[in-house]
Amino acid sequence: MPLHSRRTRALLYQAILVSLLLGLGYWLLNNTLSNLRARGIQSGFDFLFDTAGFDIGESMVTYDSTHAYWQAFVVGLLNTLRVSVLGIVICTVWGTLLGLGRVSNNALARGLCYGYTELFRNIPLLLQLFMWYVLLVEFMPDTDAPLHFNDWLFLSKGGLTMPWLMPADGAWLWDVPVWRTVDGVGDVTGGASVTPEFLALTWGLSLYTSAFVAELVRGGITAVPRGQTEAAKSIGLSAWQTQRLVVLPQAMRVVIPPLTNQYLNLIKNSSLAVAIGYPDLVNISNTALNQTGRAVECIAIVMAVYLSLSLLTSVLMNAYNRRMALKAR
Amino acid sequence: MHSLLTRRPLQTLATLVLLTAGSVNAWAGKTLDTVKQRDHVVCGVNTGLAGFGAADSQGKWAGLDVDVCRAVAAAVLGNAEKVRYVPLSAPQRFTALQSGEVDVLSRNTTFTLTRDASMGLHQTAVTYYDGQGFMTPAKNNIKSAKQLKGATVCVQSGTTTEKNLTDFSRANKLDIKPVVFEKFDAANAAYFAGRCKAYTTDASSLASIRAKEAKTPKDHVILPELISKEPLGPLVRRGDDEWLAIVKWTVYGLIEAEEVGITAATVDKLKAESTDPVVLRLLGKSDDTGKLLGLDREWLARAIGAVGNYGEIFERHLGEKTPMALKRGLNAQWNKGGLQYAMPIR
Repeated sequence: MPLHSRRTRALLYQAILVSLLLGLGYWLLNNTLSNLRARGIQSGFDFLFDTAGFDIGESMVTYDSTHAYWQAFVVGLLNTLRVSVLGIVICTVWGTLLGLGRVSNNALARGLCYGYTELFRNIPLLLQLFMWYVLLVEFMPDTDAPLHFNDWLFLSKGGLTMPWLMPADGAWLWDVPVWRTVDGVGDVTGGASVTPEFLALTWGLSLYTSAFVAELVRGGITAVPRGQTEAAKSIGLSAWQTQRLVVLPQAMRVVIPPLTNQYLNLIKNSSLAVAIGYPDLVNISNTALNQTGRAVECIAIVMAVYLSLSLLTSVLMNAYNRRMALKAR
Repeated sequence: MHSLLTRRPLQTLATLVLLTAGSVNAWAGKTLDTVKQRDHVVCGVNTGLAGFGAADSQGKWAGLDVDVCRAVAAAVLGNAEKVRYVPLSAPQRFTALQSGEVDVLSRNTTFTLTRDASMGLHQTAVTYYDGQGFMTPAKNNIKSAKQLKGATVCVQSGTTTEKNLTDFSRANKLDIKPVVFEKFDAANAAYFAGRCKAYTTDASSLASIRAKEAKTPKDHVILPELISKEPLGPLVRRGDDEWLAIVKWTVYGLIEAEEVGITAATVDKLKAESTDPVVLRLLGKSDDTGKLLGLDREWLARAIGAVGNYGEIFERHLGEKTPMALKRGLNAQWNKGGLQYAMPIR
């Protein structure tokens, strides 16, 4: 291989660039570590196996203050996932309905959906979260006098208590909350409870993201040629059948790739939980960071987790996209 | 178009790397020199805790923690106004000090082993002996923190309070559920909206929150139990012993000034007329303590003249004539039943 050929030189340059980048990365890491040492700041991930020593308000797995830091991080991650998954489901359904409303023939529906989208996507999410949270805790009744709905749904400053499926003797049974009064003090027992923090966050994230989803769905529907609708009508399909069987399946193909972006945004936005006191990953990591002083490590963990979550979502959505894409035959 | 980067890519890259390498360790160097050169002290304070560090409607900062900054500025630069305040949230504060963003962190910060030994910080001298307490709406009719069984309690993150709360809850089998907020304001708002049965933080902060944030302060009671020791005071970066000494001895100086009876109003008169050897030493008329610290003779006289002695500072921001209405308690002088005991200035 002649050294003066264009190909060899290009290869050589690329090899040099890559090794320089690697060197730069190594140097940055090394520099950070030696600076931390020089300033007497301890570093390392060993703290993950120490006892956390703090309680977490809500957890999907068994956790108390004697568990290790890594277990606290798992609790935070699960809380983040819980909000994200539920948020994605709600914003998809609600956003699709709104998107359909945007192209509806009914002027009132069109106007309302238009107003909704513009209102929700133009107010900063953080403010919306604060608003929902304050509405929930300021105007709901106290925990000892909750609002009753049909005697199986209770809403108060303490959160929402609802019936939940419980495993019992190999079968699944509804665990229905009941209102009891003991010594003149009322209390709700049984069922499953969610906190106002969780409600405000899921609700706020879903409503905000659904405004963007609505715009995507509208765009997707508009992208379906008018001839398709007319053809559907001409073979006698009703308006709803036309949407469901002809327009939406084609619109979805256009919508899926940008929809992935919205899902990723929702997952990342869930980190605003820290502002309204929901114990998500960032909130837990803040506490861990403060107690151990391992700032670089805690931030690195949080970044790695969000990156993995986002990449995972991308992979899933891309696979779905490939399945839905128009196969050229 | 041939830019430098396309014509000489490798040379340019190498230069860039060298330049970045050259800028490392810019933080190192003596804080005192830096402060003198830029002619103001950068001080990390609370985002707004009345009595300790809060800005008024004109943007003027006041409080016990703020006065420590002012005293340091007066001692070092000769002018208490030469301070730039950086309001910091609880999780931000240590990083701000470690990275050199602030020279002193005077932000009602508890001294603990972890912070002192592993975070690149130095604790100086205690300006306020505090303890963690609970506040609860009076209508709950709770008389003791041990009645908080199964209660939700609002907490601010990035503090020592979360762990104390958990320890207290475990020790008394209370099963307390914390709701943790990043921002002080959010935690306050949630508590006053009724989300939590109780609010926990340092007792002095509870008094401040009740005085400033509650619609009717009388509707909230601070429970008698203190569940932890919270010695609060200013911190400095590790690795600069001279600066550590200046901040530490400024605080001790203010405390000692109260002990020997030097006030802001009398400092000039005493400097001219006093025959008391202790007073003369403190004010730089006999021994030159300033020289040992790298300052001039009158460092402490200026600090006292600017902010008053420790007792005056306390009464001005926290005392019984202020909305905070805190008693001296543990913060009285050692010879008056308190813990404030200045190391001797000599």
